[in-house]
Amino acid sequence: MQASILNVEKIRKDFPILQRKVREDKPLVYLDNASTSQKPIQVIDAIRNYYLNQNSNIHRAVYALAEEATSSFEATRDKVAKFVNVKNREEIIFTRGTTEAINLVAYAWGRKNVEKDDIIVTTEYEHHSNIVPWQLLTKEKGAKLEYIGIDDNGELILDQLDKYLETGRVKLVTFSQMSNVLGTITDTNKIIAKCKKAGVKTLIDGAQSVPHMQVDIDNMGCDFFTFSAHKMLGPTGVGILWARKEILEEMPPFHGGGDMIREVHKYETTWNDLPYKFEAGTPNIAGVIGFATAIDYLSQLGMLSVREHESQLTKYALEQISKIDKMKIYGPTDISKRGGVISFNYADIHPHDLASIVDEDGVAIRSGHHCAQVLMERLDVAATSRASFYIYNTEQEVDVLIKALNHAKELFKI
Amino acid sequence: MSSADIYREIILDYYRNPRNFGKLENPDIVKRDSNPLCGDELEMHINIKDNKVADVKYTGKGCAISQASASLLTEMMMGKDFDEVKKLSKEDILENLGLTELGPTRLKCALLSLKVLKYGIYSYLIEKLKDTSSADKIKKEASGLF
Ligand SMILES: Cc1ncc(COP(=O)(O)O)c(C=O)c1O
Repeated sequence: MQASILNVEKIRKDFPILQRKVREDKPLVYLDNASTSQKPIQVIDAIRNYYLNQNSNIHRAVYALAEEATSSFEATRDKVAKFVNVKNREEIIFTRGTTEAINLVAYAWGRKNVEKDDIIVTTEYEHHSNIVPWQLLTKEKGAKLEYIGIDDNGELILDQLDKYLETGRVKLVTFSQMSNVLGTITDTNKIIAKCKKAGVKTLIDGAQSVPHMQVDIDNMGCDFFTFSAHKMLGPTGVGILWARKEILEEMPPFHGGGDMIREVHKYETTWNDLPYKFEAGTPNIAGVIGFATAIDYLSQLGMLSVREHESQLTKYALEQISKIDKMKIYGPTDISKRGGVISFNYADIHPHDLASIVDEDGVAIRSGHHCAQVLMERLDVAATSRASFYIYNTEQEVDVLIKALNHAKELFKI
Repeated sequence: MSSADIYREIILDYYRNPRNFGKLENPDIVKRDSNPLCGDELEMHINIKDNKVADVKYTGKGCAISQASASLLTEMMMGKDFDEVKKLSKEDILENLGLTELGPTRLKCALLSLKVLKYGIYSYLIEKLKDTSSADKIKKEASGLF
Protein backbone atom coordinates (compact mmCIF):
# COMPACT_ATOMS: atom_id res chain seq x y z
CA MET A 1 0.00 0.00 0.00
CA GLN A 2 1.35 3.37 -1.06
CA ALA A 3 1.21 6.39 1.22
CA SER A 4 -0.97 9.20 -0.05
CA ILE A 5 0.36 12.70 -0.52
CA LEU A 6 -2.60 13.79 1.62
CA ASN A 7 -2.93 13.06 5.30
CA VAL A 8 -6.08 11.05 4.71
CA GLU A 9 -6.37 9.84 8.28
CA LYS A 10 -6.52 13.42 9.50
CA ILE A 11 -8.87 14.47 6.71
CA ARG A 12 -11.32 11.69 7.54
CA LYS A 13 -11.68 12.99 11.09
CA ASP A 14 -13.16 16.20 9.64
CA PHE A 15 -16.02 14.28 8.00
CA PRO A 16 -18.42 13.11 10.73
CA ILE A 17 -20.52 11.12 8.25
CA LEU A 18 -17.58 8.84 7.48
CA GLN A 19 -17.71 7.61 11.04
CA ARG A 20 -21.24 6.31 10.74
CA LYS A 21 -22.28 2.74 10.08
CA VAL A 22 -24.75 1.68 7.43
CA ARG A 23 -26.71 -1.56 6.94
CA GLU A 24 -26.51 -2.16 10.69
CA ASP A 25 -22.79 -2.48 11.29
CA LYS A 26 -20.88 -1.73 8.11
CA PRO A 27 -18.55 1.26 7.98
CA LEU A 28 -19.67 3.59 5.20
CA VAL A 29 -17.51 3.38 2.08
CA TYR A 30 -18.67 6.41 0.13
CA LEU A 31 -17.71 6.11 -3.53
CA ASP A 32 -20.29 8.37 -5.17
CA ASN A 33 -18.33 11.60 -5.10
CA ALA A 34 -18.99 12.47 -8.72
CA SER A 35 -22.60 12.82 -7.66
CA THR A 36 -21.97 14.89 -4.55
CA SER A 37 -19.14 15.05 -2.05
CA GLN A 38 -19.41 14.77 1.70
CA LYS A 39 -19.00 17.92 3.79
CA PRO A 40 -16.33 18.54 6.43
CA ILE A 41 -17.34 19.74 9.88
CA GLN A 42 -15.80 23.15 9.11
CA VAL A 43 -18.35 23.74 6.33
CA ILE A 44 -21.23 22.50 8.46
CA ASP A 45 -20.09 24.82 11.27
CA ALA A 46 -19.89 27.82 8.93
CA ILE A 47 -23.49 27.28 7.85
CA ARG A 48 -24.56 26.79 11.44
CA ASN A 49 -22.74 29.93 12.49
CA TYR A 50 -24.54 32.00 9.87
CA TYR A 51 -27.95 30.84 11.09
CA LEU A 52 -26.96 31.13 14.74
CA ASN A 53 -25.23 34.47 14.65
CA GLN A 54 -25.63 36.34 11.37
CA ASN A 55 -28.99 35.37 9.91
CA SER A 56 -30.31 38.35 7.93
CA ASN A 57 -30.84 39.26 4.32
CA ILE A 58 -27.92 40.69 2.43
CA HIS A 59 -27.18 43.82 0.40
CA ARG A 60 -29.91 46.18 1.57
CA ALA A 61 -30.29 46.51 5.31
CA VAL A 62 -28.00 48.84 7.26
CA TYR A 63 -27.91 47.13 10.62
CA ALA A 64 -24.97 45.15 12.03
CA LEU A 65 -26.20 41.63 11.29
CA ALA A 66 -26.89 42.39 7.66
CA GLU A 67 -23.53 44.05 7.25
CA GLU A 68 -21.79 40.98 8.62
CA ALA A 69 -23.81 38.60 6.47
CA THR A 70 -23.23 40.71 3.37
CA SER A 71 -19.53 40.85 3.96
CA SER A 72 -19.28 37.05 4.52
CA PHE A 73 -21.33 36.48 1.38
CA GLU A 74 -19.24 38.84 -0.73
CA ALA A 75 -16.01 37.45 0.70
CA THR A 76 -16.96 34.14 -0.91
CA ARG A 77 -17.02 35.82 -4.29
CA ASP A 78 -13.41 36.89 -3.81
CA LYS A 79 -12.41 33.41 -2.67
CA VAL A 80 -14.04 31.78 -5.68
CA ALA A 81 -12.36 34.27 -8.02
CA LYS A 82 -8.97 33.53 -6.52
CA PHE A 83 -9.53 29.76 -6.44
CA VAL A 84 -10.14 29.47 -10.18
CA ASN A 85 -7.93 32.46 -11.09
CA VAL A 86 -10.39 35.08 -12.24
CA LYS A 87 -9.28 38.73 -12.02
CA ASN A 88 -12.62 40.53 -11.92
CA ARG A 89 -14.75 39.55 -8.97
CA GLU A 90 -17.88 40.96 -10.66
CA GLU A 91 -17.59 38.24 -13.27
CA ILE A 92 -18.39 35.60 -10.62
CA ILE A 93 -22.15 35.01 -10.52
CA PHE A 94 -23.81 32.87 -7.88
CA THR A 95 -26.40 30.43 -9.19
CA ARG A 96 -28.11 27.35 -7.75
CA GLY A 97 -25.61 25.09 -9.47
CA THR A 98 -24.06 24.14 -12.78
CA THR A 99 -27.47 23.34 -14.22
CA GLU A 100 -28.81 26.80 -13.53
CA ALA A 101 -25.60 28.42 -14.75
CA ILE A 102 -25.80 26.67 -18.12
CA ASN A 103 -29.50 27.48 -18.42
CA LEU A 104 -28.70 31.10 -17.67
CA VAL A 105 -26.28 31.22 -20.59
CA ALA A 106 -28.63 29.36 -22.93
CA TYR A 107 -31.47 31.69 -22.05
CA ALA A 108 -29.87 35.08 -21.73
CA TRP A 109 -26.94 34.83 -24.12
CA GLY A 110 -28.36 32.16 -26.41
CA ARG A 111 -31.69 33.77 -27.16
CA LYS A 112 -30.00 37.01 -28.07
CA ASN A 113 -27.18 35.58 -30.16
CA VAL A 114 -28.33 32.35 -31.75
CA GLU A 115 -30.35 32.51 -34.95
CA LYS A 116 -31.95 30.16 -37.42
CA ASP A 117 -29.48 27.68 -38.98
CA ASP A 118 -26.77 28.53 -36.47
CA ILE A 119 -25.01 25.61 -34.82
CA ILE A 120 -24.34 24.82 -31.16
CA VAL A 121 -21.75 22.09 -30.69
CA THR A 122 -21.74 19.86 -27.62
CA THR A 123 -20.25 16.39 -27.03
CA GLU A 124 -21.44 12.83 -26.61
CA TYR A 125 -20.21 12.69 -23.03
CA GLU A 126 -22.16 15.60 -21.63
CA HIS A 127 -24.37 15.56 -18.58
CA HIS A 128 -28.03 16.21 -19.44
CA SER A 129 -27.59 19.72 -18.07
CA ASN A 130 -25.27 20.53 -20.97
CA ILE A 131 -27.58 19.02 -23.59
CA VAL A 132 -31.19 19.80 -22.72
CA PRO A 133 -30.85 23.62 -22.43
CA TRP A 134 -29.27 23.62 -25.89
CA GLN A 135 -32.04 21.45 -27.30
CA LEU A 136 -34.58 23.93 -25.94
CA LEU A 137 -32.67 26.86 -27.45
CA THR A 138 -31.97 25.35 -30.86
CA LYS A 139 -35.55 24.10 -31.23
CA GLU A 140 -36.90 27.54 -30.40
CA LYS A 141 -34.55 29.25 -32.86
CA GLY A 142 -34.54 26.72 -35.67
CA ALA A 143 -30.84 26.26 -35.03
CA LYS A 144 -28.94 22.96 -34.99
CA LEU A 145 -27.35 20.97 -32.20
CA GLU A 146 -24.31 18.90 -33.20
CA TYR A 147 -22.20 16.44 -31.22
CA ILE A 148 -18.47 15.78 -31.07
CA GLY A 149 -18.30 11.97 -30.86
CA ILE A 150 -16.05 9.84 -28.67
CA ASP A 151 -13.63 7.11 -29.69
CA ASP A 152 -13.41 3.65 -28.11
CA ASN A 153 -11.04 5.01 -25.53
CA GLY A 154 -13.67 7.44 -24.34
CA GLU A 155 -11.90 10.50 -25.74
CA LEU A 156 -13.39 13.18 -27.97
CA ILE A 157 -12.76 12.92 -31.72
CA LEU A 158 -11.68 16.50 -32.20
CA ASP A 159 -11.47 16.28 -36.00
CA GLN A 160 -15.24 16.36 -35.95
CA LEU A 161 -15.10 19.81 -34.40
CA ASP A 162 -13.10 21.10 -37.40
CA LYS A 163 -15.83 19.97 -39.72
CA TYR A 164 -18.48 21.90 -37.78
CA LEU A 165 -16.29 24.99 -37.48
CA GLU A 166 -15.71 25.03 -41.23
CA THR A 167 -19.41 25.71 -41.81
CA GLY A 168 -18.94 29.16 -40.31
CA ARG A 169 -22.29 28.78 -38.53
CA VAL A 170 -21.12 27.64 -35.11
CA LYS A 171 -22.01 30.12 -32.34
CA LEU A 172 -20.90 28.13 -29.31
CA VAL A 173 -18.94 25.02 -28.43
CA THR A 174 -19.93 23.68 -25.02
CA PHE A 175 -18.25 20.76 -23.22
CA SER A 176 -17.33 19.36 -19.86
CA GLN A 177 -13.74 19.55 -18.75
CA MET A 178 -14.11 16.12 -17.17
CA SER A 179 -16.73 13.49 -18.00
CA ASN A 180 -18.82 12.45 -15.00
CA VAL A 181 -19.10 8.90 -16.38
CA LEU A 182 -15.82 8.08 -18.13
CA GLY A 183 -13.61 10.39 -16.11
CA THR A 184 -12.03 11.56 -19.36
CA ILE A 185 -10.21 14.87 -19.02
CA THR A 186 -11.00 16.94 -22.08
CA ASP A 187 -8.20 18.52 -24.10
CA THR A 188 -9.59 21.93 -23.19
CA ASN A 189 -6.69 23.97 -24.58
CA LYS A 190 -6.93 22.38 -27.98
CA ILE A 191 -10.67 22.96 -28.29
CA ILE A 192 -10.42 26.55 -27.13
CA ALA A 193 -7.55 27.25 -29.54
CA LYS A 194 -9.57 25.89 -32.46
CA CYS A 195 -12.63 27.90 -31.44
CA LYS A 196 -10.69 31.10 -30.91
CA LYS A 197 -9.20 30.81 -34.38
CA ALA A 198 -12.72 30.44 -35.77
CA GLY A 199 -14.09 33.28 -33.62
CA VAL A 200 -16.44 30.90 -31.80
CA LYS A 201 -17.39 31.15 -28.13
CA THR A 202 -16.76 28.33 -25.66
CA LEU A 203 -18.54 27.21 -22.51
CA ILE A 204 -16.85 24.82 -20.12
CA ASP A 205 -18.81 22.69 -17.69
CA GLY A 206 -16.37 22.40 -14.81
CA ALA A 207 -18.72 20.52 -12.46
CA GLN A 208 -16.31 17.55 -12.39
CA SER A 209 -13.00 19.31 -12.95
CA VAL A 210 -12.97 22.14 -10.39
CA PRO A 211 -13.45 19.77 -7.41
CA HIS A 212 -10.59 17.53 -8.49
CA MET A 213 -7.86 19.49 -10.26
CA GLN A 214 -6.32 22.93 -10.49
CA VAL A 215 -8.35 25.11 -12.82
CA ASP A 216 -7.07 28.43 -14.15
CA ILE A 217 -9.87 30.18 -16.00
CA ASP A 218 -7.81 33.24 -16.88
CA ASN A 219 -5.18 31.16 -18.63
CA MET A 220 -7.69 28.92 -20.29
CA GLY A 221 -9.27 31.66 -22.36
CA CYS A 222 -12.81 30.29 -22.57
CA ASP A 223 -15.87 32.56 -22.56
CA PHE A 224 -18.15 30.86 -20.03
CA PHE A 225 -17.31 28.54 -17.15
CA THR A 226 -19.68 26.79 -14.72
CA PHE A 227 -19.38 24.60 -11.61
CA SER A 228 -21.22 23.45 -8.47
CA ALA A 229 -20.27 23.84 -4.81
CA HIS A 230 -21.78 20.57 -3.62
CA LYS A 231 -19.30 18.40 -5.52
CA MET A 232 -16.35 20.14 -3.82
CA LEU A 233 -17.15 19.88 -0.09
CA GLY A 234 -19.65 22.75 -0.24
CA PRO A 235 -23.41 22.82 0.32
CA THR A 236 -26.07 21.98 -2.27
CA GLY A 237 -27.89 24.78 -4.04
CA VAL A 238 -24.83 26.91 -4.83
CA GLY A 239 -23.07 27.15 -8.15
CA ILE A 240 -20.97 29.51 -10.17
CA LEU A 241 -21.21 31.04 -13.57
CA TRP A 242 -18.18 32.90 -14.77
CA ALA A 243 -18.19 34.84 -18.02
CA ARG A 244 -16.15 37.69 -19.36
CA LYS A 245 -17.44 41.12 -18.41
CA GLU A 246 -17.94 42.32 -21.99
CA ILE A 247 -20.19 39.34 -22.63
CA LEU A 248 -22.14 39.65 -19.37
CA GLU A 249 -22.73 43.34 -19.97
CA GLU A 250 -24.23 42.66 -23.37
CA MET A 251 -26.49 39.89 -22.05
CA PRO A 252 -30.07 40.63 -21.02
CA PRO A 253 -31.02 39.41 -17.52
CA PHE A 254 -32.17 35.86 -16.80
CA HIS A 255 -34.52 36.22 -13.82
CA GLY A 256 -36.25 39.45 -12.96
CA GLY A 257 -36.84 40.55 -9.37
CA GLY A 258 -35.15 42.07 -6.37
CA ASP A 259 -31.42 42.78 -6.28
CA MET A 260 -30.96 42.69 -10.04
CA ILE A 261 -32.47 46.14 -10.62
CA ARG A 262 -31.22 49.69 -10.42
CA GLU A 263 -34.56 51.52 -10.73
CA VAL A 264 -38.00 50.08 -11.24
CA HIS A 265 -40.80 52.21 -12.64
CA LYS A 266 -44.24 51.13 -13.66
CA TYR A 267 -43.26 50.13 -17.16
CA GLU A 268 -39.50 50.32 -17.31
CA THR A 269 -36.61 49.00 -15.28
CA THR A 270 -32.88 49.57 -15.42
CA TRP A 271 -30.48 46.81 -14.45
CA ASN A 272 -28.08 46.68 -11.60
CA ASP A 273 -24.34 46.37 -12.22
CA LEU A 274 -22.57 43.06 -12.53
CA PRO A 275 -22.75 40.57 -10.94
CA TYR A 276 -26.07 41.54 -9.32
CA LYS A 277 -27.85 41.90 -12.65
CA PHE A 278 -27.84 38.09 -12.76
CA GLU A 279 -28.56 37.43 -9.09
CA ALA A 280 -32.27 38.08 -8.69
CA GLY A 281 -33.96 37.35 -5.38
CA THR A 282 -32.60 36.24 -2.03
CA PRO A 283 -29.77 33.80 -2.74
CA ASN A 284 -28.68 30.76 -0.77
CA ILE A 285 -26.80 32.94 1.70
CA ALA A 286 -25.91 30.19 4.16
CA GLY A 287 -24.79 27.97 1.30
CA VAL A 288 -22.57 30.62 -0.25
CA ILE A 289 -20.98 31.35 3.12
CA GLY A 290 -20.40 27.62 3.66
CA PHE A 291 -18.85 27.39 0.22
CA ALA A 292 -16.10 29.83 1.24
CA THR A 293 -15.04 27.39 3.96
CA ALA A 294 -15.05 24.51 1.46
CA ILE A 295 -12.72 26.50 -0.78
CA ASP A 296 -10.45 27.24 2.18
CA TYR A 297 -10.35 23.54 2.98
CA LEU A 298 -9.38 22.55 -0.55
CA SER A 299 -6.90 25.41 -0.87
CA GLN A 300 -5.16 24.28 2.28
CA LEU A 301 -4.75 20.79 0.85
CA GLY A 302 -3.68 22.18 -2.52
CA MET A 303 -5.43 21.11 -5.70
CA LEU A 304 -2.27 19.55 -7.11
CA SER A 305 -2.13 17.24 -4.08
CA VAL A 306 -5.84 16.49 -4.38
CA ARG A 307 -5.30 15.46 -7.98
CA GLU A 308 -2.25 13.38 -7.14
CA HIS A 309 -4.05 11.57 -4.32
CA GLU A 310 -6.96 10.74 -6.61
CA SER A 311 -4.75 9.66 -9.50
CA GLN A 312 -2.89 7.27 -7.27
CA LEU A 313 -6.11 5.87 -5.85
CA THR A 314 -7.73 5.59 -9.28
CA LYS A 315 -4.67 3.78 -10.61
CA TYR A 316 -4.88 1.31 -7.74
CA ALA A 317 -8.63 0.83 -8.22
CA LEU A 318 -8.28 0.34 -11.97
CA GLU A 319 -5.61 -2.31 -11.37
CA GLN A 320 -7.75 -4.15 -8.84
CA ILE A 321 -11.02 -3.95 -10.74
CA SER A 322 -9.50 -5.00 -14.04
CA LYS A 323 -8.13 -8.17 -12.40
CA ILE A 324 -11.70 -9.38 -12.13
CA ASP A 325 -12.71 -11.66 -14.95
CA LYS A 326 -15.59 -10.53 -17.19
CA MET A 327 -15.25 -6.92 -16.07
CA LYS A 328 -15.73 -4.20 -18.67
CA ILE A 329 -14.22 -0.83 -17.74
CA TYR A 330 -15.08 2.30 -19.71
CA GLY A 331 -12.93 5.35 -20.38
CA PRO A 332 -9.23 6.11 -20.91
CA THR A 333 -6.69 3.68 -19.51
CA ASP A 334 -4.01 6.38 -19.38
CA ILE A 335 -4.25 7.71 -15.83
CA SER A 336 -3.05 11.17 -16.88
CA LYS A 337 -6.14 11.50 -19.05
CA ARG A 338 -8.72 10.56 -16.44
CA GLY A 339 -10.01 11.81 -13.15
CA GLY A 340 -11.13 9.72 -10.18
CA VAL A 341 -14.17 8.21 -11.84
CA ILE A 342 -14.48 4.57 -12.93
CA SER A 343 -17.51 3.27 -14.80
CA PHE A 344 -17.84 -0.44 -15.32
CA ASN A 345 -20.10 -3.35 -16.07
CA TYR A 346 -19.61 -6.77 -14.57
CA ALA A 347 -20.60 -9.84 -16.62
CA ASP A 348 -24.38 -9.93 -17.04
CA ILE A 349 -25.14 -8.34 -13.68
CA HIS A 350 -27.27 -5.28 -14.13
CA PRO A 351 -25.72 -2.20 -12.44
CA HIS A 352 -28.72 -1.81 -10.13
CA ASP A 353 -28.35 -5.33 -8.86
CA LEU A 354 -24.63 -4.78 -8.45
CA ALA A 355 -25.07 -1.49 -6.56
CA SER A 356 -27.60 -3.03 -4.22
CA ILE A 357 -25.40 -6.05 -3.55
CA VAL A 358 -22.31 -3.99 -2.71
CA ASP A 359 -24.50 -1.70 -0.57
CA GLU A 360 -24.85 -4.62 1.80
CA ASP A 361 -21.15 -4.27 2.50
CA GLY A 362 -21.63 -0.55 3.16
CA VAL A 363 -20.28 0.47 -0.25
CA ALA A 364 -22.10 3.37 -1.92
CA ILE A 365 -21.58 3.30 -5.68
CA ARG A 366 -23.85 4.67 -8.34
CA SER A 367 -25.72 2.72 -10.95
CA GLY A 368 -27.76 3.98 -13.85
CA HIS A 369 -27.32 6.37 -16.75
CA HIS A 370 -25.67 9.11 -14.63
CA CYS A 371 -27.69 11.81 -16.41
CA ALA A 372 -25.78 10.95 -19.58
CA GLN A 373 -28.19 8.96 -21.72
CA VAL A 374 -26.62 10.18 -24.96
CA LEU A 375 -23.35 8.62 -23.79
CA MET A 376 -25.10 5.39 -22.69
CA GLU A 377 -26.52 5.09 -26.20
CA ARG A 378 -23.07 5.64 -27.69
CA LEU A 379 -21.60 2.96 -25.40
CA ASP A 380 -24.57 0.77 -26.26
CA VAL A 381 -25.46 0.05 -22.65
CA ALA A 382 -28.56 0.83 -20.61
CA ALA A 383 -26.54 1.70 -17.54
CA THR A 384 -23.17 1.39 -15.84
CA SER A 385 -21.91 1.11 -12.29
CA ARG A 386 -19.69 3.96 -11.21
CA ALA A 387 -17.20 4.40 -8.39
CA SER A 388 -15.79 7.89 -7.89
CA PHE A 389 -13.22 9.06 -5.37
CA TYR A 390 -12.34 12.08 -3.30
CA ILE A 391 -9.82 13.31 -0.77
CA TYR A 392 -11.01 11.04 2.04
CA ASN A 393 -11.05 7.74 0.14
CA THR A 394 -8.42 5.08 0.76
CA GLU A 395 -6.96 1.97 -0.84
CA GLN A 396 -8.54 -0.04 1.99
CA GLU A 397 -11.92 1.22 0.81
CA VAL A 398 -11.14 0.09 -2.72
CA ASP A 399 -10.38 -3.32 -1.22
CA VAL A 400 -13.80 -3.35 0.45
CA LEU A 401 -15.35 -2.61 -2.95
CA ILE A 402 -13.42 -5.46 -4.53
CA LYS A 403 -14.57 -7.83 -1.79
CA ALA A 404 -18.15 -6.70 -2.30
CA LEU A 405 -17.84 -7.32 -6.04
CA ASN A 406 -16.74 -10.81 -5.14
CA HIS A 407 -19.97 -11.31 -3.23
CA ALA A 408 -21.86 -10.33 -6.36
CA LYS A 409 -19.81 -12.86 -8.27
CA GLU A 410 -20.85 -15.60 -5.87
CA LEU A 411 -24.52 -14.62 -5.82
CA PHE A 412 -24.76 -14.45 -9.59
CA LYS A 413 -22.61 -17.56 -9.99
CA ILE A 414 -20.26 -15.82 -12.45
CA MET B 1 -34.16 -8.80 2.54
CA SER B 2 -30.51 -9.70 2.10
CA SER B 3 -29.04 -10.12 -1.36
CA ALA B 4 -28.58 -13.78 -0.66
CA ASP B 5 -32.34 -14.04 -0.20
CA ILE B 6 -33.20 -11.92 -3.22
CA TYR B 7 -30.85 -13.37 -5.81
CA ARG B 8 -31.87 -16.97 -5.54
CA GLU B 9 -32.16 -19.50 -8.33
CA ILE B 10 -35.64 -18.45 -9.35
CA ILE B 11 -34.76 -14.80 -10.00
CA LEU B 12 -31.50 -15.65 -11.75
CA ASP B 13 -33.20 -18.27 -13.88
CA TYR B 14 -35.99 -15.98 -15.05
CA TYR B 15 -33.44 -13.19 -15.61
CA ARG B 16 -31.05 -15.32 -17.65
CA ASN B 17 -33.64 -17.44 -19.41
CA PRO B 18 -36.55 -15.09 -19.91
CA ARG B 19 -39.84 -16.76 -20.84
CA ASN B 20 -42.06 -15.17 -23.45
CA PHE B 21 -39.45 -12.63 -24.44
CA GLY B 22 -40.22 -10.81 -27.68
CA LYS B 23 -43.06 -9.12 -29.50
CA LEU B 24 -46.41 -10.18 -30.94
CA GLU B 25 -47.40 -9.43 -34.50
CA ASN B 26 -50.82 -7.83 -33.98
CA PRO B 27 -51.33 -7.54 -30.27
CA ASP B 28 -54.62 -6.41 -28.77
CA ILE B 29 -52.77 -4.71 -25.97
CA VAL B 30 -49.43 -2.93 -26.21
CA LYS B 31 -48.14 -1.06 -23.22
CA ARG B 32 -44.75 0.40 -22.44
CA ASP B 33 -43.40 2.06 -19.34
CA SER B 34 -40.10 2.92 -17.77
CA ASN B 35 -38.83 3.78 -14.36
CA PRO B 36 -37.26 7.23 -14.72
CA LEU B 37 -35.20 6.74 -11.59
CA CYS B 38 -33.22 3.81 -12.81
CA GLY B 39 -34.07 3.59 -16.49
CA ASP B 40 -35.69 0.15 -16.42
CA GLU B 41 -37.86 -0.32 -19.50
CA LEU B 42 -40.65 -2.71 -20.24
CA GLU B 43 -43.03 -3.28 -23.13
CA MET B 44 -45.77 -5.86 -22.95
CA HIS B 45 -47.80 -7.32 -25.84
CA ILE B 46 -50.99 -9.27 -25.12
CA ASN B 47 -53.53 -11.04 -27.30
CA ILE B 48 -57.00 -11.67 -25.93
CA LYS B 49 -59.22 -14.35 -27.42
CA ASP B 50 -62.53 -15.69 -26.07
CA ASN B 51 -62.00 -13.62 -22.99
CA LYS B 52 -58.69 -15.36 -22.28
CA VAL B 53 -55.03 -14.37 -22.60
CA ALA B 54 -54.19 -16.20 -25.82
CA ASP B 55 -50.60 -15.00 -25.99
CA VAL B 56 -48.28 -12.61 -24.20
CA LYS B 57 -44.74 -11.40 -24.77
CA TYR B 58 -42.50 -8.73 -23.32
CA THR B 59 -39.30 -6.91 -24.13
CA GLY B 60 -37.30 -4.78 -21.78
CA LYS B 61 -34.06 -3.77 -20.18
CA GLY B 62 -33.36 -3.61 -16.52
CA CYS B 63 -32.18 -5.26 -13.37
CA ALA B 64 -32.66 -8.93 -12.56
CA ILE B 65 -35.64 -8.21 -10.34
CA SER B 66 -37.54 -6.18 -12.93
CA GLN B 67 -36.86 -8.59 -15.77
CA ALA B 68 -37.53 -11.72 -13.73
CA SER B 69 -40.80 -10.30 -12.52
CA ALA B 70 -41.90 -9.46 -16.07
CA SER B 71 -40.92 -12.88 -17.26
CA LEU B 72 -42.75 -14.61 -14.45
CA LEU B 73 -45.81 -12.42 -14.81
CA THR B 74 -46.21 -13.42 -18.46
CA GLU B 75 -46.23 -17.06 -17.34
CA MET B 76 -48.78 -16.35 -14.66
CA MET B 77 -51.09 -14.75 -17.21
CA MET B 78 -50.81 -17.13 -20.10
CA GLY B 79 -54.10 -18.84 -20.89
CA LYS B 80 -55.82 -17.22 -17.94
CA ASP B 81 -59.30 -15.84 -17.95
CA PHE B 82 -59.26 -12.09 -18.54
CA ASP B 83 -61.08 -11.49 -15.24
CA GLU B 84 -58.47 -13.48 -13.35
CA VAL B 85 -55.70 -11.48 -14.97
CA LYS B 86 -57.41 -8.27 -13.91
CA LYS B 87 -57.19 -9.48 -10.33
CA LEU B 88 -53.46 -10.27 -10.28
CA SER B 89 -51.97 -8.43 -7.35
CA LYS B 90 -48.71 -7.17 -6.00
CA GLU B 91 -48.73 -9.96 -3.44
CA ASP B 92 -49.15 -12.62 -6.14
CA ILE B 93 -46.02 -11.47 -7.91
CA LEU B 94 -43.86 -10.98 -4.85
CA GLU B 95 -44.88 -14.33 -3.47
CA ASN B 96 -44.11 -16.11 -6.71
CA LEU B 97 -40.72 -14.47 -6.88
CA GLY B 98 -40.01 -15.28 -3.25
CA LEU B 99 -39.57 -11.61 -2.43
CA THR B 100 -41.03 -10.52 0.86
CA GLU B 101 -39.47 -7.42 2.38
CA LEU B 102 -38.03 -5.39 -0.44
CA GLY B 103 -36.96 -1.80 0.18
CA PRO B 104 -38.96 0.92 -1.59
CA THR B 105 -36.55 1.32 -4.52
CA ARG B 106 -36.29 -2.34 -5.32
CA LEU B 107 -40.03 -2.78 -4.88
CA LYS B 108 -40.47 -0.49 -7.88
CA CYS B 109 -38.26 -2.82 -9.91
CA ALA B 110 -40.37 -5.79 -8.92
CA LEU B 111 -43.68 -4.11 -9.70
CA LEU B 112 -42.94 -2.36 -12.98
CA SER B 113 -44.31 -5.29 -14.94
CA LEU B 114 -47.57 -5.38 -13.00
CA LYS B 115 -47.94 -1.65 -13.50
CA VAL B 116 -47.49 -2.07 -17.25
CA LEU B 117 -50.02 -4.91 -17.25
CA LYS B 118 -52.63 -2.93 -15.30
CA TYR B 119 -52.29 0.11 -17.54
CA GLY B 120 -52.50 -2.18 -20.54
CA ILE B 121 -55.73 -3.71 -19.30
CA TYR B 122 -57.05 -0.26 -18.52
CA SER B 123 -56.47 0.97 -22.09
CA TYR B 124 -58.01 -2.22 -23.45
CA LEU B 125 -61.13 -1.85 -21.31
CA ILE B 126 -61.59 1.77 -22.28
CA GLU B 127 -60.73 1.59 -25.95
CA LYS B 128 -61.96 -1.83 -27.01
CA LEU B 129 -64.63 -2.72 -24.46
CA LYS B 130 -65.79 0.82 -23.65
CA ASP B 131 -65.96 -0.28 -20.06
CA THR B 132 -65.24 2.66 -17.78
CA SER B 133 -66.50 1.26 -14.48
CA SER B 134 -63.95 -1.51 -13.92
CA ALA B 135 -61.33 0.40 -15.91
CA ASP B 136 -61.20 3.17 -13.36
CA LYS B 137 -60.65 0.68 -10.60
CA ILE B 138 -57.74 -0.88 -12.51
CA LYS B 139 -56.21 2.50 -13.19
CA LYS B 140 -56.33 3.34 -9.53
CA GLU B 141 -54.64 0.06 -8.69
CA ALA B 142 -51.95 0.72 -11.27
CA SER B 143 -51.16 4.17 -10.00
CA GLY B 144 -50.94 2.82 -6.46
CA LEU B 145 -48.19 0.38 -7.41
CA PHE B 146 -45.40 2.94 -7.44
C1 LIG C 1 -20.42 17.05 -15.70
C2 LIG C 1 -21.59 17.57 -14.92
N1 LIG C 1 -22.25 18.64 -15.36
C3 LIG C 1 -23.30 19.15 -14.71
C4 LIG C 1 -23.78 18.58 -13.56
C5 LIG C 1 -24.99 19.18 -12.90
O1 LIG C 1 -24.65 19.78 -11.71
P1 LIG C 1 -25.77 20.29 -10.70
O2 LIG C 1 -26.72 19.16 -10.50
O3 LIG C 1 -25.00 20.63 -9.48
O4 LIG C 1 -26.43 21.48 -11.32
C6 LIG C 1 -23.13 17.47 -13.05
C7 LIG C 1 -23.62 16.83 -11.80
O5 LIG C 1 -23.95 15.68 -11.72
C8 LIG C 1 -22.03 16.94 -13.75
O6 LIG C 1 -21.38 15.85 -13.31
